[in-house]
Amino acid sequence: MDLSYGQETEDYRKEVKTFLTANWPLAGDEAKMPREDGARLFRERAISEGYLCRNIPKQYGGSEQSADALRGQVIREEFGKARAPMEPRGIGTMMLVPTLLDRGEEWQKEKFVGPTIRGEINWCQGYSEPGSGSDLASLMTKGELDGDDWVINGQKIWTSGAQRADYMFCLVRTEPDEKKHAGISYLLIDMKTKGIDVRPLRQMTGSSEFNEVFLNDVRTPKDWIVGKRGEGWLVSRTTLKHERNSIGNAAQSLGLLSGLVSLAKSRKIDGQPAIEDPGVRRELVRIEGYIRAHQYSGFLQTSKGLKDENAGIIAMMNKLNSTNIGHKVAHLAMEILGDDGLGAPLAAGLGTGTAGSSTANWLSQYMGSLGIAIAGGTANVQRNVIAERGLGLPRDMAANRSK
Amino acid sequence: MDFDLSDEQRLLQETVAQFIDNECPPARLRELFDDEVGYDPVLWKGLAELGLAGIHLPGEYGGSELEILDLAVVAETLGSLAAPVPYLSHSLASLAISLAGNADQQGRWLPGLASGDALATVALAEEDAGWLPEAWKMAAGETITGTKEIVEFGEHADLFVVGLAGGRFGVVERNASGVEIQRVEGADRTRRIARVNFENTPIEMLNEGGDEVAARVRDVGLVLISADAFGGATKLVEMSVEYAKNREQFGVTIGHFQALKHQLANMAVEIEPTRALYWYAAHALDHVPEESERVAAIAKSHITERYQQVARDATEAHGGIGFTWEGDTQIWFKRAMFDRVFMGTPRVHQNRAAELADW
Repeated sequence: MDLSYGQETEDYRKEVKTFLTANWPLAGDEAKMPREDGARLFRERAISEGYLCRNIPKQYGGSEQSADALRGQVIREEFGKARAPMEPRGIGTMMLVPTLLDRGEEWQKEKFVGPTIRGEINWCQGYSEPGSGSDLASLMTKGELDGDDWVINGQKIWTSGAQRADYMFCLVRTEPDEKKHAGISYLLIDMKTKGIDVRPLRQMTGSSEFNEVFLNDVRTPKDWIVGKRGEGWLVSRTTLKHERNSIGNAAQSLGLLSGLVSLAKSRKIDGQPAIEDPGVRRELVRIEGYIRAHQYSGFLQTSKGLKDENAGIIAMMNKLNSTNIGHKVAHLAMEILGDDGLGAPLAAGLGTGTAGSSTANWLSQYMGSLGIAIAGGTANVQRNVIAERGLGLPRDMAANRSK
Repeated sequence: MDFDLSDEQRLLQETVAQFIDNECPPARLRELFDDEVGYDPVLWKGLAELGLAGIHLPGEYGGSELEILDLAVVAETLGSLAAPVPYLSHSLASLAISLAGNADQQGRWLPGLASGDALATVALAEEDAGWLPEAWKMAAGETITGTKEIVEFGEHADLFVVGLAGGRFGVVERNASGVEIQRVEGADRTRRIARVNFENTPIEMLNEGGDEVAARVRDVGLVLISADAFGGATKLVEMSVEYAKNREQFGVTIGHFQALKHQLANMAVEIEPTRALYWYAAHALDHVPEESERVAAIAKSHITERYQQVARDATEAHGGIGFTWEGDTQIWFKRAMFDRVFMGTPRVHQNRAAELADW
């Protein structure tokens, strides 16, 4: 057992640090640039040194480095410490770009990959529909060829960032006579096209991050399809060999724990500092037990990845572990907040005067942790996956019948 | 980075599992479980001949000089098979002698302990003082007087390593004067316990190694129990999944029903991540000294709590049979009770972990 990154990787860390010292934050006139422009300039330099967009070929604007999970981790650590910009976040870089690189036509890669990874264009994901959540493959949004265009009609929902997106990648039923999964195609749509109506949904926290998107005779060119007709389901499940980020899985949970400790130190229960309450202390340790188990399981998964070995069932548990930890943190935070646990969350915009306060942040986390439990496959769907693929129990009867 | 077991460590686990499968298969385990005495010296001697009694001991006394992680991976396998052997306390007793004994004492006791010719155990807990070294009240000296509780395989041990006031250790031989051993009926019949009374009993103090010895013995104990708990809980998940794949109701195996599938998934999610937690805690004892004490406390409290919950869920998942004496889940259920209590309940170590974090 060896927890070090090795000499070669530590040498690499020095290179990364030297680069960061010289390049971030921007100096001189460059420091006066608007924030986004400055970040873009920095990213260009980081890409040319091979620190960002490492798995993307040079011809599409990436730095085309060979996969090295430890180097990837060192970059995340050092960029994190320096608060330097990483790749633009978002569903475009995370999901569309790997999919295009693997399954896209040459012109599609040339047109979309570079601007997406440079943060020049934003994407949204048109998957879920009102009647198709966990059973996504039952989706009904219809696409029909009319001359050189697809004509799309239907409704998408839970579409994060649709109000800001330039394009949507979208699952559409184009082969109504085929079986469920085989009738779906993966289409790209320009969000400025006539017939698209984006209506924000207000979340229980009060903010609006996701939307309903109504598609009414929306036209997109015939060749804006990724993969062949009827291959959309498979295309949407494409994943490239990423530099896996298992080590970082628990980073967010560790941040929550340290926030919780600060909260317990700053608040009182029955006139005494909350951190001295025996129930609070033990629950903090209990939560830390879950987080450490999750964190070290990340070490294990990274190590397995480095050896090209399968990590097994633990790899199916990452999302549920984070979710469970988020719930426990939320409960303890509310316990510590006492009667202030009746306040409005940060994003509610109700003018309670608590905006920006630590209390309101925790109230947001109390609700937001539920959003995390639901988004990207609910906790119950995760349990199905663990039971069926991990433990080898029989497939869900209803899911079998609907094939 | 290679946070994984080595091929040698895997082989060690396989060897132990194979030996237990052959020498203590389920029918034999059941026999020992139901037996009045519940200790099989031949089984233990066989394990010792594989080198398990001296994994961590110096080579010159017949040990293998391996790390705490090696000791722990064996504890995992023994825990998963509910092996009714005195591995835990024997390892801790010989560890204490190897750390705190002088050359003469080590030369006198360790060879027999490494070969399995002699069995040692630790006598730590006191009725009002509990398990932690700083709380032991029994006074050190040329003789000792007082009572130690929950002494694992106390009826069968040749040597007692006794925890004394000031976090010190001394060794009492079984046939010393004033030693009275009372059998205690504990829930876990794979690890028998006794109460040991000492009345002006001659003791040989272990004076080397300084204040760190008792803390080291405590932390190694916490990690070995964590490993045992992980192994046992994982076995219960496997048994429950197996049962769900075979038991039929309404014309299908009950593993088809989502309510049970989710219960089984939750059990797996509770315990599977703790594999890496016990590994890290064991690894830290040899390689990350600044973290090892606190991580051992977190691991012990966390994993034994998870074991307890998984054992309750596994019993429920087995339906009526899970509640019978004939059913096997109760064997592990009761090992979970042992792991929870031995060397301090979760509450004790959660409080320590909070204290150690300066909260």
